[in-house]
Amino acid sequence: MKKYLSFFHLRFAMGLQYRTAALAGIITQFAWGGIQIMMFHAFYRTDAAAFPMSLSATASYVWLQQAFLAFFAVWMIENDIFDAIVNGNIAYELCRPVSIYSMWFARSIATRLANAILRCFPVLIVAAFIPQSYGIDAPASPVHFLLFVLSLLLGLAVTVTFCLLIYVLTFFTISPQGLRIMFTSCVEFFSGAVIPLPFFPDKMRSFMELLPFASMQNAALRIYSASMCADEIRRAILLQVFWLVVITAAGKLLCRFAEKRIIVQGG
Amino acid sequence: MKTIRLYLHYVSINVRCIMQYKTSFLLSAIGQFLVSFNVFLGVFFMFQRFSKVEGFTYSEVLLCFSVVLLEFALAEMIARGFDTFSGMVKSGEFDRVLVRPQNEILQVLGSKFELTRIGRILQAVVMFAYGIVKSNVVWSVSKVCTLLFMLIGGTVVFTALFFIYAALCFFTLDGLEFMNVFTDGARELGKYPLSIYGKKMLLFTTFVIPYALIQYYPLLYILGRQTSIVYMVLPLAACWFFIPALLLWKYGVRCYQSSGS
Repeated sequence: MKKYLSFFHLRFAMGLQYRTAALAGIITQFAWGGIQIMMFHAFYRTDAAAFPMSLSATASYVWLQQAFLAFFAVWMIENDIFDAIVNGNIAYELCRPVSIYSMWFARSIATRLANAILRCFPVLIVAAFIPQSYGIDAPASPVHFLLFVLSLLLGLAVTVTFCLLIYVLTFFTISPQGLRIMFTSCVEFFSGAVIPLPFFPDKMRSFMELLPFASMQNAALRIYSASMCADEIRRAILLQVFWLVVITAAGKLLCRFAEKRIIVQGG
Repeated sequence: MKTIRLYLHYVSINVRCIMQYKTSFLLSAIGQFLVSFNVFLGVFFMFQRFSKVEGFTYSEVLLCFSVVLLEFALAEMIARGFDTFSGMVKSGEFDRVLVRPQNEILQVLGSKFELTRIGRILQAVVMFAYGIVKSNVVWSVSKVCTLLFMLIGGTVVFTALFFIYAALCFFTLDGLEFMNVFTDGARELGKYPLSIYGKKMLLFTTFVIPYALIQYYPLLYILGRQTSIVYMVLPLAACWFFIPALLLWKYGVRCYQSSGS
């Protein structure tokens, strides 16, 4: 455990170094959030009855999404790991007395956490001062807030284990390009990064909510402003735990299998 | 004439270079397609729920979105060398460009020709065809001309933004990521007719960065909501934006100090 903690620590400290990049990212995120919210407002003005969430809940959703982008953006995948697999440096990692799966897990969590910590506060603080229905609201209740934090962390873990699945699969395909493209666009769409899940037609939505992708950002961001009822919240969190276990098990199994038959690409 | 031939030569070198890695090219093109396909799906499902947005129907929005996407993809394909210019400045590659007896803009343009954007272009063309069939626009010569002007004007405006992005690298030695707000952000904004974002946004995109001139106003003409000829030629007027971009670039070249590497 100690060695993974130090991997975590190392990556976390490294992630905190990129402050200028974070600043640039924050500016982009403000613009993105602003565009999204203005778009939702236009739809709301046209037909308020067809709107599936309250307007301020939608705005909160968008700002939280921007603030915790580093948690859930699957395209922010670690290129070092792909490079290591492609150019053969993975051999060094395999020599170490650590499980590469757990090591990758620790370092991915650390990178995302560091990134999010740098970016989330400026976004959240400014968004809190933007007038109602454009800015972010206070959480629905203290209980909702606690559940939100729990679900946020679970969502982070699900996202990271999902990325690990992509890394492990790269052992088999060698070139990460194709896998990466397919997975990232699937995740973007099904997780509610393009538009929040409640905006999809009802039948489709109830199916999408069962998929592992809905256990990434969808659950946490909707719990925050209570756009799910108590039963739905319970179900969403249980699903998150379920998918976390399943994806981790699948990843570990595949990883063990890959390690046995691994071919190191010459360096 | 000679410049054009030289540029085409650059393009052919780039294309042959990309074609050496066919799988990689194919996958990147598919990736480009999927990324914008997601954006399209977002619009599609919004209109499953809402029939209109501020008086624009689905097919009208699609028409507008596809034109912006096409303009953006074209500009990106042509001016990709400017988009990745920070690397050229940082590595000192630009020094080599300056000592050659050729125009520096041509050389930077020729340094990269991003054929993978064909994925996005394909997407835009399909969407556009779909939009046309659905929107029952009665096409006339003047409307086709308007469309052509939109493509020209839009590509010029986006190219100008890439120029500005590159010119700023002379002063910062590094790419300024926030410039994405104006390029990718404009594409994002352009999904819907700009008037839906309110008066202030429309004013900004009319007079400061002329997105509305290449999107909203000519669209009104194509949809037959405005008949004045002014709306038809506005996209060409948007080309004024290229002048400050070019001046900034020239100024940047004059101030250029090699990074020394």
